[in-house]
Amino acid sequence: MYEENDDILQQVTTSEYKYGFVTQIESDDAPKGLSEDIVRFISGKKNEPEWLLEWRLKAYRHWLTMEEPTWPNVDYPPINYQDIIYYSAPKQKLAPNSLDEIDPELRRTFEKLGISLQEQKRLTGVAVDAVIDSVSVATTFKDELAKQGIIFCSMSEAVQEHPELIRKYIGSVVPTTDNYFTALNSAVFSDGSFCYIPAGVRCPMELSTYFRINAANTGQFERTLIVAEAGSYVSYLEGCTAPMRDENQLHAAVVEIFAGEKAEVKYSTVQNWYPGDKEGKGGIYNFVTKRGLCQGDHSKISWTQVETGSSITWKYPSVILKGDHSIGEFYSVAVTNNFQQADTGTKMIHLGSHTRSRIVSKGISAGRSNNSYRGLVQVARKADHARNFSQCDSLLLGDKCGAHTFPYIEVKNPTGIVEHEATTSKIGEDQIFYCNQRGVDTESAVALIINGFAKEVMNQLPMEFAVEAQKLLAISLEGSVG
Amino acid sequence: MLNIQDLRAGIEEMEILRGIILQIRPGEVHAIMGPNGSGKSTLASVLAGRSDFEVTGGSVEFMGKNLLEMSPEDRAREGLFLAFQYPVEIPGVSTTNFIKTAVNEVRKHRGEEPLDAVAFLKLMKERMKLVQIDQSLLSRSLNEGFSGGEKKRNEIFQMAMLEPKLAILDETDSGLDIDALRIVANGVNQCRGKDNAFLIVTHYQRLLEYIEPDYVHILYKGRIVRSGTKELALELEEKGYDFIKTELETADQAQQ
Ligand SMILES: Nc1ncnc2c1ncn2[C@@H]1O[C@H](COP(=O)(O)OP(=O)(O)OP(=O)(O)O)[C@@H](O)[C@H]1O
Ligand SMILES: [Mg+2]
Repeated sequence: MYEENDDILQQVTTSEYKYGFVTQIESDDAPKGLSEDIVRFISGKKNEPEWLLEWRLKAYRHWLTMEEPTWPNVDYPPINYQDIIYYSAPKQKLAPNSLDEIDPELRRTFEKLGISLQEQKRLTGVAVDAVIDSVSVATTFKDELAKQGIIFCSMSEAVQEHPELIRKYIGSVVPTTDNYFTALNSAVFSDGSFCYIPAGVRCPMELSTYFRINAANTGQFERTLIVAEAGSYVSYLEGCTAPMRDENQLHAAVVEIFAGEKAEVKYSTVQNWYPGDKEGKGGIYNFVTKRGLCQGDHSKISWTQVETGSSITWKYPSVILKGDHSIGEFYSVAVTNNFQQADTGTKMIHLGSHTRSRIVSKGISAGRSNNSYRGLVQVARKADHARNFSQCDSLLLGDKCGAHTFPYIEVKNPTGIVEHEATTSKIGEDQIFYCNQRGVDTESAVALIINGFAKEVMNQLPMEFAVEAQKLLAISLEGSVG
Repeated sequence: MLNIQDLRAGIEEMEILRGIILQIRPGEVHAIMGPNGSGKSTLASVLAGRSDFEVTGGSVEFMGKNLLEMSPEDRAREGLFLAFQYPVEIPGVSTTNFIKTAVNEVRKHRGEEPLDAVAFLKLMKERMKLVQIDQSLLSRSLNEGFSGGEKKRNEIFQMAMLEPKLAILDETDSGLDIDALRIVANGVNQCRGKDNAFLIVTHYQRLLEYIEPDYVHILYKGRIVRSGTKELALELEEKGYDFIKTELETADQAQQ
């Protein structure tokens, strides 16, 4: 994939956040603010069964008793939760029965983002669920996947069509009460993707969800649920963008993954929410809880994330290694520039014997940004012969930014082996001059050097997205050196 | 092709180059010798455009253009190449890919199409023979974990790929074993042509046995104090720098 670098070098020169446009489309909004009535309103809009409404209300009531966490190494003014719109759906002229009936304006929006909702035009081998503000507007390749028993649809549809599965799994990996933002999400979540891979099935294409925030003053609260039954395999990708706005917008999502015996789930994220401007104005608050449960023996869950956007990122994709011999992986590149703040990392909870986990975190900080890695490795008393390896590297561009590492290690079983390595380096003037001397300008040199630094993580991404992600790295560091 | 007039440069208050005068014509090979700290690498760096050094006087013309006004990357694209005394490591960036990027930057500057994968590979295969460099080395991260000699060989390989007008080799011979020295020198000789020139910084006469210079200059305390033919290098090898020092001191005293 590194053969593609020439293109990237050319693309790097086109700066700015290029997804910052707004789609002019009428929307159906809930009134501002949060109350039991709003929770009922959302549930009603989705025509949900009684049990789900009750589930939401319970989460809401619990949320009221909770306090917003202050332990992350980030700093922002208090959020006024009554000043947010919790439901906003683009008004479609018709309820679309097929992909052809989608509002052309929405179709164009996604096309501008490089996401085609026409199956024949789509990258071969990728099925997409497109979510705009609070609702899913289209899911491609549904029928083809269904032939193998794979369910891939929006959460709202899943609630209607597969209530037994949703009821069984929702909140089973991330309980509603897990933290402040999961409780909030559980109360007001509006859509998201659901994916079910039956036992023994290897999903023939990449599944992906593309999240777009469009409306002003709204928050996006989606849930994704992936269930991989015994012996199945799926690779999943999530992408996201938002318009440039002066005010901050809240995105508080929940992702749950369940893996049965010998099942494998690969979850990749290319996070490119609007990061705010150069003065630190605006941008998305990305407060997300992602967790996978390796329930079955020999199961495997792997998180890969490329985090370039958001003004604040707060997320720790984690794996609970319950099945014996199960494997958890976390590969992360987090880039912060200007006034961005990121506090991200993972939790690997070893419960089963012979469980293994691997953490590779690459933090890149530029401008006046702050980038923290926070990771917990826990080996329970019964987890014999558990192993973990963690590698946390930080790269600094300039001297006004910060990189921090907070590793927490709790080993309660003497047979456990936990290794942690950390390095911090600066992009050297020497490296840049060397590149310059070979005819490569500084901007391209930085792109080259950071892509090299992040290579181990980028190599984990599905091919189709690796090149895109490389460009993104370069673009988000635009203008930070020299 | 290169015309250096009274070049003065230094760092902060310290003047390191104190009036360098040097002309290089196409096809020529010039060697620069001089004791440690005399300013050889500084001269190379200033010509390549390293911003640590401040140019305080004089002029440098390269291929009819004012070199000192150009950015380091433009100097490179115009055909100035520096083989570093201490090549840097760039983790995660494959050597092949780095060189491909560099080659295509230079081509772009000349208004040529970038080389496609096939053409690039062909060129690479051909030039690899010149310096007998191994494919496995080129697929590794740039200079990362390379031995001293491998780094030097990689510099000359890059030179062969980029086909510069003027190549400055800063102590490329240091750290090479006897066989490698011969191979590298051989590579340089094959790159010699009537349109391109070399400025070779070395401490040892031995390299000059393989690469025959047209001129030899001695740099001392930031000035070229003697210029001659390759016999000067032989004399130096025999007598050491002391004879230069003594000569200069006597001259100084005479002046006073
Ligand atoms: N970045 C720097 N900061 C301070 N002094 C410097 C710097 N670079 C060079 N110098 C000084 O300038 C003088 C010339 O150094 P230079 O590296 O050019 O010598 P050289 O002739 O290449 O020596 P050698 O044969 O050891 O490679 C030395 O005294 C050196 O200490
Ligand atoms: Mg030197």
